[in-house]
Amino acid sequence: MELKAVSKVYGTGRASMQALRGIDLRIGDSDFIAVMGASGSGKSTCLNILGCLDTPTSGAYLFKGVDVGALNRNKRALLRRYFLGFVFQGYNLLDRTSALENVELPLIYRGLHARKRREKARAALAAVGLNEWEGHTPAELSGGQQQRVAIARAIVADPAVLLADEPTGNLDTARSLEIMDLLSRLNRERGITIVMVTHEQDMAEFAKSRVRFRDGLIADPEPEGAK
Amino acid sequence: MLLNAFLLALREIRRNIMRSSLTSLGIIIGVAAVITMVTLGSGATEKVKTQIGSLGSNLLQIRPGQGFHGPGGIREAATPFDVKDANAIKREILGIEAVAPTAEAATQAIYGNRNWSTMVTGSTNGFMEVRDWPVEKGRQFRDGELRGGTAVCILGSTVSRELFGDDEPLGEIVRLKKLAFRVIGVFRAKGQSTFGRDQDDFILIPLRTFQRRIAGNTDVTSLYVSVRDGYSINRAKQDMERLMRERRHISEGKEEDFHVRDMREIANVLSGTTKVLTSLLGAVAAVSLLVGGIGIMNIMLVSVTERTREIGTRLAIGALEREVLLQFLVEAVVLSSLGGVIGIILALGMSAWLAGILLVPFVFNPDIVVLAFAFSVAVGITFGYFPARKAARLDPIEALRHE
Repeated sequence: MELKAVSKVYGTGRASMQALRGIDLRIGDSDFIAVMGASGSGKSTCLNILGCLDTPTSGAYLFKGVDVGALNRNKRALLRRYFLGFVFQGYNLLDRTSALENVELPLIYRGLHARKRREKARAALAAVGLNEWEGHTPAELSGGQQQRVAIARAIVADPAVLLADEPTGNLDTARSLEIMDLLSRLNRERGITIVMVTHEQDMAEFAKSRVRFRDGLIADPEPEGAK
Repeated sequence: MLLNAFLLALREIRRNIMRSSLTSLGIIIGVAAVITMVTLGSGATEKVKTQIGSLGSNLLQIRPGQGFHGPGGIREAATPFDVKDANAIKREILGIEAVAPTAEAATQAIYGNRNWSTMVTGSTNGFMEVRDWPVEKGRQFRDGELRGGTAVCILGSTVSRELFGDDEPLGEIVRLKKLAFRVIGVFRAKGQSTFGRDQDDFILIPLRTFQRRIAGNTDVTSLYVSVRDGYSINRAKQDMERLMRERRHISEGKEEDFHVRDMREIANVLSGTTKVLTSLLGAVAAVSLLVGGIGIMNIMLVSVTERTREIGTRLAIGALEREVLLQFLVEAVVLSSLGGVIGIILALGMSAWLAGILLVPFVFNPDIVVLAFAFSVAVGITFGYFPARKAARLDPIEALRHE
C-alpha cells in the first residue's frame, strides 16, 4: 500500500478544510503500523483513505498496484470485501444478533454457503478465544469480548490488511493489552498487515513502526528500533 | 444475491419482531378490510340473487305499458289485459305451466273492531302455482267460487296476524269495501321481498269476485306466467310477446304497449346495485391498504436512520450499494407480504363469522385474495424503495460516525 502526495480537502470555498496536505506513506506486507496524532491531525482521514472508504482529493493511493482513487464506489466496496478488515472503536456489532452471526456477516456478502460460513466463523471466534460465547448477543458480552468479536469479524474472511480505528479507545488497560496482544499475534502468525490509529503511546508500542500526524502532515517518522 | 438479501431481511425482521409486527399491522388491516368487504359484498349479491330466485326464476310477468324505461316511460294509458289473454297464453304457447291473471287494489280489511290497510288481489288458483306459494291453512278456491264470483278470501299471513292475532281465522267473515268475505285459507309466510316490502301483506280473492265487486270492470292488471322446467324462458318470452302483439293488433315496427318482465332481469338490476356497492366499499378499504403502505415507508425510514451505523458497518465490510438496497427492499416486501398473508387469513375467518351474523352466504372469492396479496407486495416495493435507496446511498464514513 502506498500513498503518494495524498491530500484531502473537505468542503469547498472559504469553508473548506484541508485534512491532509500531501502525505507520502508506504506500508509493506505484514507490517504493523501505528498511526498517532492529536484529534484533527488527519489520522482518521488517512485511515479512511487507506480503507478505501474515501478517495484522495489529489495524489494517488495505490493498493496492490491499483489506483484506488480511480475506482467507483462499488469497486472500492469489492476491494474492501475481499482484501480489508475493519475494527472500530465502538465495535459496531449488530444488536440482538449472536456473536456467531455477527462474525458470519462478511461471509454472507462473499456468498459462502451456510455450512462453510458457520465453520469459518467458528474458527475465527476460536482464534480470538471466544468459541464458548458464540450464541451470546453483544449486550451479553463485555467490552473486551465485543471488540474481540469485532476482530473475529474482521479476520474471518482472511483479509490482507486489517484497519483498526482506536480499537482500545473504549477499554480499560487490562482489556486493551489483551486486544493488542491479539492484534500482534494475528500480525505475527497470519502475516496480516495492520494499520492502527491510536493516541495512546502504550498501545502504539505494540506496533512495529509508528507515524505521527500533525496538522495534516506526517510529523516525525520515529526512528526504527525505538521499540 | 437475492437469496442473501432474503436471508438478511429475515434476520432483520426476527431481530425487531415487535416493530416488524406493528409495521405489518397496517397492511394486515388493509388487506383484511378489502377482502372482508368484497367477500361480504359478494355474499350480499348472492343473497339477492337467491331471494329473487325464490320469486320464481321461471316466472314471467306481463303488464300493460312500457317496461323499465325511466321517467316518461308510459306515454299513454295502455289497454289492460283480460282473462281471455290469459287463456290464450295457456292454450297457444308451448311449455307454459300455469298462468295467473291478477288485478290489485288497495283496500281496508275489517274484522270486528280491527281494521288493516292492505292490498286485495284478485286471481285464480294459478296464483299459488306460479308464485310457488302454498296455502298453509284451509284450502284453495273451488271452481264454483272462481266461476261464480263468490265472496271468499285467502289471507296473507300478515293480514291474518293483524286481524285475528292468535284466533282462528278460518270460517270468519272479513269485510272489504263493505262486502263480507268468508276466510277459507291462510298463506304460508314468505317474508320480506328483496325490495323490503312485506310480501305477506295481502288478501287473495277470486278474480271474478274482484272484477265484479271491487273494481267494477273486467280488467286484468298483470299476468303471471310460469314456464315448465326444461323449456326456455327466453323462448316463452318471445312467444308471448308475439302472441300479445297479435292479440293487441300492434303493427310491425310499432312499439309494444305491454312489457314482459323476466324476474332474472330484476335480479340483474339488483345484483348490479350490490356489485357497485361492493366495489365502493372495496375501494374505501383499499385506501386503508395504501395508508398501511405509507406506514411501512414511515417505519422503514425510521429504521434506516436508526440503523445508520449498522449500514455503515455493512458498507465498510464490503456490501455493495445494490445489496443494501435489496436488503431493505426485501425487508419491506417481506413485511408487507407477511402482513398480506396474515390479513388474508384474518379476513377469511372474519368474513365467515360476519356472514353468519349478517345472514348472507359466505362466498370465497379467490380472485380478490390473489389481488389483495399482489397489491400488498406492490405496496411493499413501492413504499420500500425510497427508504431502501436512502440506505444504499449513505456515505459509509458518515454512517459509521453516526450516533
